[in-house]
Amino acid sequence: MIGAFVIAFREVIEAGLIISIVLAATRGIPGRMRWVLLGIAGGLAGAGLVALFAEKISDAFEGSGQDILNAAVLIVAVLLLVWHNTWMSKHGKELAGELRAAGAAVRSGEREAAALSIVIGAAILREGAELVLFLYGLVASGTSGADIQFGAVAGIGAGALLSAVTYFGLASIPSRYVFSVTSVLIIFLAAGLAAQAAQFLANAGVVDVLGHTLWNSSGVIAETSWPGRILHALVGYTDRPTVLQGLVYVATIAVMVGLMQWSAADKRRAMRPA
Amino acid sequence: MSRPLRAAALVALLLAASAAASVRADDMPVIKVEMRDGVILPAVIEVPANTRFKLEISNTGQSPVEFESAELKREKALAAGSTSAIVFRTLDPGTYQVFDDFHPDAKATLVAK
Repeated sequence: MIGAFVIAFREVIEAGLIISIVLAATRGIPGRMRWVLLGIAGGLAGAGLVALFAEKISDAFEGSGQDILNAAVLIVAVLLLVWHNTWMSKHGKELAGELRAAGAAVRSGEREAAALSIVIGAAILREGAELVLFLYGLVASGTSGADIQFGAVAGIGAGALLSAVTYFGLASIPSRYVFSVTSVLIIFLAAGLAAQAAQFLANAGVVDVLGHTLWNSSGVIAETSWPGRILHALVGYTDRPTVLQGLVYVATIAVMVGLMQWSAADKRRAMRPA
Repeated sequence: MSRPLRAAALVALLLAASAAASVRADDMPVIKVEMRDGVILPAVIEVPANTRFKLEISNTGQSPVEFESAELKREKALAAGSTSAIVFRTLDPGTYQVFDDFHPDAKATLVAK
């Protein structure tokens, strides 16, 4: 039972932490709940499909199908997170209620919420397929006892609870600061996802450079330990990054910070009286 | 479609195209691994180093398994009764730890030489 609990809990928080950060980052965008629910539903449906066609997907592209799919899902999520942060550095203040005229934010807020709904869907799709396989196996095999099934359900509940606590923790930050905090979290989140995508492309043989290991910190924080797994979900920690992963990580941060500076400066120019 | 969605679709398309171009069908050694409810067979998986090979993993047990290796940066979840493969492009000679992420006690070693 403990085993099933731990596995279900682990798989849920990996997606759950991403979702709670995205939720906190979109506070104040009108009509966002509809998009969030749509993202969750779409992600779950997608995870079910991926689990169902796991063998077919795996065999595609000469056995690299799973890697290619994972990389594509991650890259889509990274692009949308980059776009989100760029948009936020222009409209964040309006959403935080410091400016009365939130007209522009409301108008493009719908599009923003749609983009984040895809990020949520991607996070669930990526992490959920394994959970679906695991849970379906428990039910379908018929050999697992009620205690194991209870453990898995309790694990999902505990994972959802921890994600909710994270969200309310972030949401309790005063509105003046909350978007600064979520922007920083999203920069590291996106960099981590980009580095993972780079590794999937390397595994698939699409990228074949800079594959040697940058460092090995598995003796300090193993990626499979609890701190390692949490750090992996939040900032993309890996105990044996390749040079390629390191470069992609740093480049993603640089591009995001650059775009945010540019977008904020653009806003200042627009607001200056003629 | 809005701009970010269009960009995302384009990336997906490019990835698929580059993947299709970069991989070619050819013969490669197939190494079989069996996973059964917390047991990985063989306990020492011997594979060729510095060449392409396919690791074909069968889950012959009643419960789902996940073949995983932190050192190799690979993972693959398998439903009960299913078989799937991981293709390795090239692997340095050495010993790598692998485990079943759904059965934490199940461990094996992969030796490339």
